[in-house]
Amino acid sequence: MTVLSIENVSKKYQLHQKGNSNDDLRDTLTRWTRNVFKPSTSKNKIEEFWALKNINLEVKQGDRLGLVGANGAGKSTLLKVLSQITEPTNGIVRVKGRMASLLEVGTGFHPELTGRENIFLNGAILGMHKAEILKHFEAIVDFAGIEKFIDTPVKRYSSGMYVRLGFAIAAHLEPEILVVDEVLAVGDADFQKKSIGKMRDVSNSGRTLIFVSHNLTAVQGLCDKGAYLRNGELIKYGKIDTVVNEYVKTVSKFQLKQNWPTAEEGPGNENVRIKSISLLSNDTIVQNSFDTRTPLKMTFEYWNLIENAELNVSLFLYSMTGECVFNIGDDAKFYQKGVVSSECLIPGDFLNDGSYYISIMIVKDRIAPVYFFEDALAFDIIDYREGTDWYGKWPGAVRPKMISINSVQKSLL
Amino acid sequence: MDVKERVITAQKSTKDYIKEIWEYKELFLILAKRDLLVKYKQTILGIGWSVIRPLITMIVMAFAFGKIGKLDTNTSIPFTLVVAPGVIVWLFFSQSLMALSQSIVLNSNLVTKVYFPRLIIPLSTIFLGLVDVLISIILFFIISIWYQFVPDIKILLVPVFIIMTFLSTFGIGLISAVLNVKFRDIGQLIPFIIQFGYFVSPVGYLTLSVRDTGNPWFYKLFVLNPVTGCIDALRWCMLGDFAAFNWESFIPLVIFLVITFFISIKFFRKHENSFVDHI
Repeated sequence: MTVLSIENVSKKYQLHQKGNSNDDLRDTLTRWTRNVFKPSTSKNKIEEFWALKNINLEVKQGDRLGLVGANGAGKSTLLKVLSQITEPTNGIVRVKGRMASLLEVGTGFHPELTGRENIFLNGAILGMHKAEILKHFEAIVDFAGIEKFIDTPVKRYSSGMYVRLGFAIAAHLEPEILVVDEVLAVGDADFQKKSIGKMRDVSNSGRTLIFVSHNLTAVQGLCDKGAYLRNGELIKYGKIDTVVNEYVKTVSKFQLKQNWPTAEEGPGNENVRIKSISLLSNDTIVQNSFDTRTPLKMTFEYWNLIENAELNVSLFLYSMTGECVFNIGDDAKFYQKGVVSSECLIPGDFLNDGSYYISIMIVKDRIAPVYFFEDALAFDIIDYREGTDWYGKWPGAVRPKMISINSVQKSLL
Repeated sequence: MDVKERVITAQKSTKDYIKEIWEYKELFLILAKRDLLVKYKQTILGIGWSVIRPLITMIVMAFAFGKIGKLDTNTSIPFTLVVAPGVIVWLFFSQSLMALSQSIVLNSNLVTKVYFPRLIIPLSTIFLGLVDVLISIILFFIISIWYQFVPDIKILLVPVFIIMTFLSTFGIGLISAVLNVKFRDIGQLIPFIIQFGYFVSPVGYLTLSVRDTGNPWFYKLFVLNPVTGCIDALRWCMLGDFAAFNWESFIPLVIFLVITFFISIKFFRKHENSFVDHI
């Protein structure tokens, strides 16, 4: 059964070139009078911006739909249209059943009111009836773990307590369709785990979930269907894995291969010229994307233009934030004029998920840098995990499997 | 499964609109309760402020206009009682207008994050004013006992005129609330109007005094002020035989009320869905 159907939905925003929403009354009045007196010379072009363009989607009962896309792709606008915060400019949304949207935790909490009063306030804002709130009251307080502070004004709460209470109320909503925005971005690991668990319960009970997050792992773990938005358009809709792969492929600035046909064209200087560099999966099954298990092979070639030079290459691997994860070099050797080829194997189950880039330095006489080839390669590693219910971002620069923890039961009580 | 279908489009019928507001009555009550609970948090006197404010205003007005302005010389009843209906209406009007005009902006956290019929927000702010009116009216009775003044049966009409005051305030307040979303100038303008407003409304004096100024234009303009109509009507029903019913200020009030009420709701509906884009 289709519970939500989005038909040709578009949303237009107007960007005034002169005069925007922060106008004061004076500006508007002067503009009006100017337009009255010289209507034809008005130079105030109104720029249109389509945040959503002809979106068509059908969500069936029990679907867990994940919306993915870069910032500004229109995900939040779509959620706002679905939650009726703004109206679509064109098109129709048909909703069957009660829908609750959770675009923020603790919406409308009043700092002066106590936890108890805020539960009723927030519940009513989210569309719960008083009887329902009373029914779940104990469970909400329990889930949030704030029994002792229930009659304290929430302005005295720690930020953690505040967020927990907010989520606890939302978690006890019983809508047929639950719409959740990036709310999980806040809160500590424990809270994230708890809230993802709760959302899984929601979807397991046959209810429909629409979820937006930049945490692709959480989206993949929670959703079965995916929709990929780009610049307000629906690019792909289907099974979550294919949609996420498509998204990762188009978004990341992949630079997996570079080569130059002649020594004159390649980057470098009078001593060395780069010929080619590439990064491939070293797996038996060649994939077009790398996950944390994939072993990688980097191949690098350059023209050496100095006779009988003692050279070595040094590889720098940086994380997206610019930190150097590691730097390794090979042994210096004497090379004649011609092409020098190097190869480096990065084992699987070593790097963490994330974006990385590689720079290469060619060093002469073990000390003097000849040429530093910056940002030679850029690649993404997608998360892969099994045997865990944790779907938050895995911390750390590396995730090496070669280091393991062994635990045994030492004694019995 | 019989589930009703909801359609989200750019248009909604009036019938659905009213039905939806009715469905959200619980939210209305809880928002009203919130305003009431929050208002006197962390005060020592608490609800006592709702007594002190009208009481002190009445005394000061009676002193300023009655004793210093010497308006109390030819009144048959104590001047404090004469100013009381004026103060009740004026405090209700000014307080409600302030609250209404700021209501959407102050609740922007709700407006941008959850859906509900936006009219609930301004509607719920009125509740606080009504509580204060109730307290002021009780205060009026206490003062009446003090002066041994007995109002007549007309006093039963007080709720009718309070509702009329509410409706006329609601019209302007709602329009200000919508405008204030886009133009925060309104937030500056309203306190300013309230500051001088009671000089051009018969709060501390009688409408008759304006007629007696000799210039008929003063009076003709004066009765167009909707607050004048409210105060005159309340004086007529609260003060027994003291004041005659003033049709000249009452008819403009009714016309004003009907027109602004419908225009304001229409205006509000037209803009309520773009609040989030401007707030």
